[in-house]
Amino acid sequence: MVKFHDRIVALVFAIGLLVVAAGLAHAGPYEDALEKFTTDEFADTAEAVTEVATSGSPLAAPLIAALQDGRLQFSAKDKKVFIKTADDKLIDAETGKPFDGTPPDDLDTVRVNNRLRGVIEAANGALTLMAPDAGKRYESAQSVFKSRDAAVLPAVEKALEAEKVARVKKILNEARAAILLAADDTSAPDRIAAIEVIRARGDQDSLALLQSLPADLPADVRATANGAIKTVERNLALWNTVQNLWYGLSLGSVLLLAAIGLAITFGVMGVINMAHGEMVMLGAYTTYVVQDVIRTSYPGLFDYSLAFALPLAFLVAAIVGIIIERTVIRFLYGRPLETLLATWGISLVLMQAVRAVFGPTNKEVGNPSWMSGAFDLGGILITYNRMWIIVFTGIVFVALLAMLRFTRLGLEMRAVTQNRQMAAAVGIRTARIDALTFGLGSGIAGIAGVALSQIDNVSPNLGQGYIIDSFMVVVFGGVGNLWGTLVGALTLGIANKFLEPFAGAVLAKIAILVFIILFIQKRPRGMFALKGRAIEA
Amino acid sequence: MFTSIQTAAQRSTSRKWLSAAAGVALVAGAVQSASAQETIKVGVLHSLSGTMAISETTLKDTVLFMIDEQNKKGGVNGKKLEAVVVDPASNWPLFAEKARELISKDKVAVVFGCWTSVSRKSVLPVFKELNSILFYPVQYEGEESERNVFYTGAAPNQQAIPAVDYLMSKEGGAVKRWVLAGTDYVYPRTTNKILEAYLKSKGVKQEDIMINYTPFGHSDWQTIVSDIKKFGSAGKKTGVVSTINGDANVPFYKELGNQGIKATDIPVVAFSVGEEELAGLDTKPLLGHLAAWNYFQSVKSAGNSEFIKKWQEFTKNPKRVTNDPMEATVIGFNMWVKAVEKVKSTDADKVIDALPGIEAANLTGGTSKMLPNHHITKPVFVGEIKADGQFDVVWKTKGLVPGDAWTDFLPGSKDLDSDWVKLKCGNYNTVTKKCGGQAS
Repeated sequence: MVKFHDRIVALVFAIGLLVVAAGLAHAGPYEDALEKFTTDEFADTAEAVTEVATSGSPLAAPLIAALQDGRLQFSAKDKKVFIKTADDKLIDAETGKPFDGTPPDDLDTVRVNNRLRGVIEAANGALTLMAPDAGKRYESAQSVFKSRDAAVLPAVEKALEAEKVARVKKILNEARAAILLAADDTSAPDRIAAIEVIRARGDQDSLALLQSLPADLPADVRATANGAIKTVERNLALWNTVQNLWYGLSLGSVLLLAAIGLAITFGVMGVINMAHGEMVMLGAYTTYVVQDVIRTSYPGLFDYSLAFALPLAFLVAAIVGIIIERTVIRFLYGRPLETLLATWGISLVLMQAVRAVFGPTNKEVGNPSWMSGAFDLGGILITYNRMWIIVFTGIVFVALLAMLRFTRLGLEMRAVTQNRQMAAAVGIRTARIDALTFGLGSGIAGIAGVALSQIDNVSPNLGQGYIIDSFMVVVFGGVGNLWGTLVGALTLGIANKFLEPFAGAVLAKIAILVFIILFIQKRPRGMFALKGRAIEA
Repeated sequence: MFTSIQTAAQRSTSRKWLSAAAGVALVAGAVQSASAQETIKVGVLHSLSGTMAISETTLKDTVLFMIDEQNKKGGVNGKKLEAVVVDPASNWPLFAEKARELISKDKVAVVFGCWTSVSRKSVLPVFKELNSILFYPVQYEGEESERNVFYTGAAPNQQAIPAVDYLMSKEGGAVKRWVLAGTDYVYPRTTNKILEAYLKSKGVKQEDIMINYTPFGHSDWQTIVSDIKKFGSAGKKTGVVSTINGDANVPFYKELGNQGIKATDIPVVAFSVGEEELAGLDTKPLLGHLAAWNYFQSVKSAGNSEFIKKWQEFTKNPKRVTNDPMEATVIGFNMWVKAVEKVKSTDADKVIDALPGIEAANLTGGTSKMLPNHHITKPVFVGEIKADGQFDVVWKTKGLVPGDAWTDFLPGSKDLDSDWVKLKCGNYNTVTKKCGGQAS
């Protein structure tokens, strides 16, 4: 009897133990999902992400953030998952507490591919809808808008009620409308309301969403949808023109920047300088060197790297320019063919020299944080680097104009170009002015190189891509006239960008070249030719 | 008197110079004749200046590295190898001239060289006329098979088509809408023609394919990137297949990053972007964009890690990257060495006949084989760009894919076959049963 009782107690105890053990091993869906991270298979990881995201565990959000940043590590042997912190410490993903044992030796990062990134973003969108940071909430609402996942609808509606910031509220509302439109069982009035919200958004995504509505809608819904599609299309067409204009302005500013130095050396001095592109390249390489020094020694200053690079690039290119003028070009004034050949040779020498010093491969020049990314302006997307280049070109142009107009050097430059003998007769040292003018033109090309390094690749061939365009701009605008260069660059840029959507990039370029050839036939001196006795042949 | 003394002095010095010069000449001659007896000359025909230097310089270094390694093992057939490096300067006609110089003047046994298809086409007649051997290590558009050329880079079925298959698969994002963007020259145009036919055979409609060409060195990508974005927001999953070449890639990817096109929205798979090209880029905004190659530096295999270690030692640069055309050069070099050792001769005809069937280990853990059509078997990998400028392999073919010289997706070329062992023909028409068919 006693024995029997003992046995029962033992049995109950054993069962209890089993239950507890089972409870420990299967504490919840979150802990269950973790193991799937350790198989190193994308399909398993995707399942795990969805399970973790819907588990409701407070540990889910940090885990998914870690996965997204490549900080989630696993050990296939021990079937354990860890989160690596920024200071290289490990956190046990199961408990959320710091891990203080020896890390397993087969520790590896959980790999992520594009499909997984999509899954993560969608999961994150639902998880961070209530995040304290408004920017995060905005982003997650955006990703919900894209994913249109019906399962998130309750979360969106909850977030919509709690939301205070107007910007986020608007996008949440749009996300809700998108989900409603994509779902099959939405009532007609709800659909119409949703269409109105999407119409108000009015961008390409809205159009796609409206166009993908099923064909068998009730008549009134269909009519609203068709109306909305028309409005959005009209809206988009308008913005499209604005966008082409902006792109044209941007291309024009790049052309102007590349050509403005040449407008001085070729336009004002009359030197056919084929090495102009290489001055641009030297400026870009100066930027690379400056950034390299900053990266290795003063990483905190990286955002200011361009401020250091600008004066240095001007100096480097100007000095090289003056050396070229003093040693080669001054012996060739008035002999354009020889100048062309000599400067062409110099350009090859400079390119090969850079190739020998820096190697033939591209060099990485980073964008400072204030030059990366883009912002929406109405219906167009404006990238920061392009915008700053337009601003910068404007500044350079105005500064150059002011220099020529208001400084003594500028006055002497104009005097020498207009009438060399007379200028010499009144005591201007024309040889010195020649050297300085050439240096100025080259220096400005160097500055252009700093700007171009932000949008193009820094390689020895950088300058070659711009030399033809630069000559085109200067000749088209009118030799010897800075305003002509400005108008020429912007005209060519905008014409190119309006042609490109119809004709394609290759044909647009050909069309522009043909146009310039015809134009030069009619007006050989360009748009704004200098008139009067001043111009010598 | 005075003058005669001077002349005597002059004479004596000039005699000294003469004898010295003769001595030097003798020594030089001796060295030359000795080396002529003992070495096998290997020609290297890669541009070291001009626009293509960015890509081709590395391949020159690779051949020098392989020759160095082979000489450490005692050379080939008891003879040391000697590199003859020339610089065709990215100038296509100069490629032909330099090839002629290598073969007839320097008497090289084999040439490793060319990158662009147009340079290869320009040297073809020279190799035919002088009957020598060219190893071509770069992925290309196919539609060619020559007796004197061995193609160790990928044919379209070893790169482009598997990459498209991956994007179409569920894992790759089930892409339904396609942008084929390329630089305006023969490789992108032919590849896109093949891909268009292939996509249509898979049921993709014409309106879901957008084809776009840009000039060489195109740097203003604003319009095209925003067009791609527009094309991609039509409700169907969109992918971009990029055959954009060389320097134009950097501004293209910068614009993609700046306009906020992420790989999760519109993935871009590139056929000309490798580790070397990414070295000039901040890759953080490019995370997840793809490239298809037969080799990635990040592939884990014993052969690969040993190769990378030795390569970085050879170049004395611990950060020097490796890439796909380098691996193709390595495979080609090893195949040539094996063929020469097999026939115990460097005679072009004997080596050409011996090469088909030769096997050599590739760096990703498999064994590539030279096929009768002068192309080789290779594995195909799809990699995603990582933040450190390397690739993470997300997909690979099950086995090795045999290179197909004539694609099966173009009407004129699907009847053509190439077999230099049995048929002795590079363009045998299986319908008319004649050699000499033309691809249309």
